[in-house]
Amino acid sequence: MILFSVNRQRVNLDVDPSTPLLWVLRESLGLTGTKYGCGVAQCGACTVHLNGEAIRSCVAPVSRAEGKEVTTIEGLSPDLSHPLQRAWMAEDVPQCGYCQSGQLMSAAVLLHEKPRPSDEDIDEAMTGNICRCGTYPRIRKAIHRAAAMMSTGEAK
Amino acid sequence: MSTLWMERREFLKFSVAASGGLLIGLYLPGASKLAVAEERSIFMPNAFLRIGTDERVTVIVNHSEMGQGVYTALPMLLAEELDADWNKVGYESAPVDPKYNHPVFGMQITGGSSSVWSAFEQYRNAGAAARAMLIAAAAQQWNANPATLRTESGVVIDGANRKLSYGLLAETAAKMTPPAKVTLKDPKTFKLIGTPVKRLDTPEKINGKAVFGIDVKHPGMLTAVVARAPVFGAKVKSFDDSHARNMPGVRKVAAVPSGVAVVADSFWQAKLARDAVRIDWDEGEMHAFSTSQMMQQFREQAKSPGKSVRRDGDPDAALAKAAQKIEAVYEVPYLSHLMMEPLNCAVDLRADSCEIWTGTQFQTVDRAAAAKVAGLPNEKVQIHTTFLGGGFGRRATPQSDFVVEAVHVAKAAGVPVKVVWTREDDMQGGWYRPAFLHAIVGGVDASGSPVSWKSRLVGQSIFAGTMFEGMMKEKGYDPAAVEGVDDLPYEIPNLAVEYHQAEVGVPVQWWRSVGHSHTGFATECFIDELATLAHKDPYQFRRALLTKHPRHLAVLDLAAQKAGWSKPLPKGRARGIAVHFAFESYNAQVAEVSVTDGRVRVHRIVSAVDCGHYVNPGIIAAQLEGGAIFAASAALFQELTFENGRLQQTNFHTFPVMRMNECPEIETHIVENNEKSGGIGEPGVPCTAPAIANAVFAVTGKRIRKLPIRLTEAV
Repeated sequence: MILFSVNRQRVNLDVDPSTPLLWVLRESLGLTGTKYGCGVAQCGACTVHLNGEAIRSCVAPVSRAEGKEVTTIEGLSPDLSHPLQRAWMAEDVPQCGYCQSGQLMSAAVLLHEKPRPSDEDIDEAMTGNICRCGTYPRIRKAIHRAAAMMSTGEAK
Repeated sequence: MSTLWMERREFLKFSVAASGGLLIGLYLPGASKLAVAEERSIFMPNAFLRIGTDERVTVIVNHSEMGQGVYTALPMLLAEELDADWNKVGYESAPVDPKYNHPVFGMQITGGSSSVWSAFEQYRNAGAAARAMLIAAAAQQWNANPATLRTESGVVIDGANRKLSYGLLAETAAKMTPPAKVTLKDPKTFKLIGTPVKRLDTPEKINGKAVFGIDVKHPGMLTAVVARAPVFGAKVKSFDDSHARNMPGVRKVAAVPSGVAVVADSFWQAKLARDAVRIDWDEGEMHAFSTSQMMQQFREQAKSPGKSVRRDGDPDAALAKAAQKIEAVYEVPYLSHLMMEPLNCAVDLRADSCEIWTGTQFQTVDRAAAAKVAGLPNEKVQIHTTFLGGGFGRRATPQSDFVVEAVHVAKAAGVPVKVVWTREDDMQGGWYRPAFLHAIVGGVDASGSPVSWKSRLVGQSIFAGTMFEGMMKEKGYDPAAVEGVDDLPYEIPNLAVEYHQAEVGVPVQWWRSVGHSHTGFATECFIDELATLAHKDPYQFRRALLTKHPRHLAVLDLAAQKAGWSKPLPKGRARGIAVHFAFESYNAQVAEVSVTDGRVRVHRIVSAVDCGHYVNPGIIAAQLEGGAIFAASAALFQELTFENGRLQQTNFHTFPVMRMNECPEIETHIVENNEKSGGIGEPGVPCTAPAIANAVFAVTGKRIRKLPIRLTEAV
């Protein structure tokens, strides 16, 4: 049995501990917002937070989550109120949308660590997240927008 | 049928011929209502719309949402004529049914950058008809003359300013007779069309709720991963599943026509067991295939004349008399579509029904193919179109490969099953953008004006061997192979275009912008080479040859002006330019690059488009940004190569995609006019590679004639 928490809910699962966290989230817990893109930590579609750190869940065995707190896109906010989600809507970021959960989860850690990121900070934090539709220019703008919202206290 | 449509029909007659010539009306008044078990209070005036007593306006969209914005643009068209309250408008994917056929292609399909222009009147008509019925319903309630009533933002209003909302009118409106004829708004009065309203599908794409094919799961549904041939055309001789079938969660291992399927409780279990199946393959004819040998053969083929596609004047005589000549051979590789969401397909096959959930661009074709495998009539097969995690053409396969295979797997499994492809499976699964070679020779006279141009193309046909082969009959060649060079707009008196159809056993398919993805590169690089030969500025050289093409000129001028074409740049940077017409739209781009240690950095791309009467400028900007990035990825990084019949690339590390830190600034501009609507998903692709390559020449003096760009291969 593996005990950990997902989006502030305790889960106790009887799964092979070597199973990647991605597939446990998607298949055992039905949290399909986290996506499979490459399986080898190359694209970032599977990005989730493990104790507040952005990780690629496709290569993280679920055993790594033991006793820890996992946050997925479903737990970013209950009502689209996270500054990043609001900025994503304002900049009309997504196209196909498949990579966006991972983009948002990477960006959330960036803003937590650097509330006013520079373009170089954004490059560094977001380069592990591929978007095939080419939404990068809008992601960049949306991160700056979210940062501005947070600094002016516009966000909750 | 309006003039616009007749012209479209003429333009696309090959498609229509190929698809059996079935053209449905744009809008059929009184068309049978949706067979949805909804309460009667819901107003369903036609196949494209439902209005509930809760005021919700649901637009049923007959094109697949793969990122290009149809779930917003098509509802906008309908809502405009309906005078709906945009905040109440939602979308739903259409089931497979002839009434959702593409009005020109005669089948349910998303492709050819055609969704908006094909729906432009269809969806407006549907909205206008519903509006007339709502007005009739209000007139009945008020005992008023319908002509005295008007509509605004989801309500009908009378002369005394009394209001009835569409939701309140839904029940009565459902009893009204659909109008035989509708009057569409004067475009000058549009409130929604032409405005950058936000996409309707953003909220569910940023909270994890959007359902893509890979997310589909039903009680009792198992997951399958398939071991497919390592070499195209290889067949399973025998396989040993003694280990795999005893692995945790594995329910079944079965041979299917495409390989060996492993069905398990979860993806991960199926994947591990699939990797443990040992298969002895009969590798067939492609066992020794190599792309380097193939390109060598292409070069040989290019030495002899090909099938004539276009011939103006006497190119050979003109070339002989030219003051200066230049020859160039351009080569582009096979490319993968590489959608972020790998292929997948869920199937629930029963004795008398087959339900399919997948992200497809090709519903009609997939349904017929699935029905054949299932042994059921078409009507017993339904496809639920999910969101597509990218398409770019891969999910419109004439052979319906991923759907057909999933039905075979479901048959073997005996239970509902979802087939999921790994990234490696997806990349190695074929249906690539074909590799192409363009051998071009051209000459200019003493004044520097081009007098002759001969293009000879070698590459595979996409249509050959498919249901679209009919499109080749009339011309004797595949029009998709030469599109974009057969209509070269430059005023050159002597011009020849020839095509050698290469026969190679690699499955090929349309990849965002299809033939234009290579013809744009070759022609726009070569015109640049001619400009250099003539000692002329590449922008002005093009201008002088486009005097009879005002729409080409307009985008070229706009891009050049916005990019500051003649303004100096910091040392080490230079600009390149390109212009191209594709999918009924005109695009020009200026790229600004630098080269450091042989590595090309694209700093800025300015893209100008003329796509005629447009619906949502915000989505157009997004498509131009995305098109440029998609094309820049290919130009800078991407190449599929084969050795011993095996693809050498497996995943993102060997087939790179442009990332955030490599992404240029992109500026987009739209030419304002009232021409008929053109496409937008693909037209932003063809100019990027040549604009970058021409900029690399401007900064290094070296010509890029092969993609992806490698300075070591420049000439």
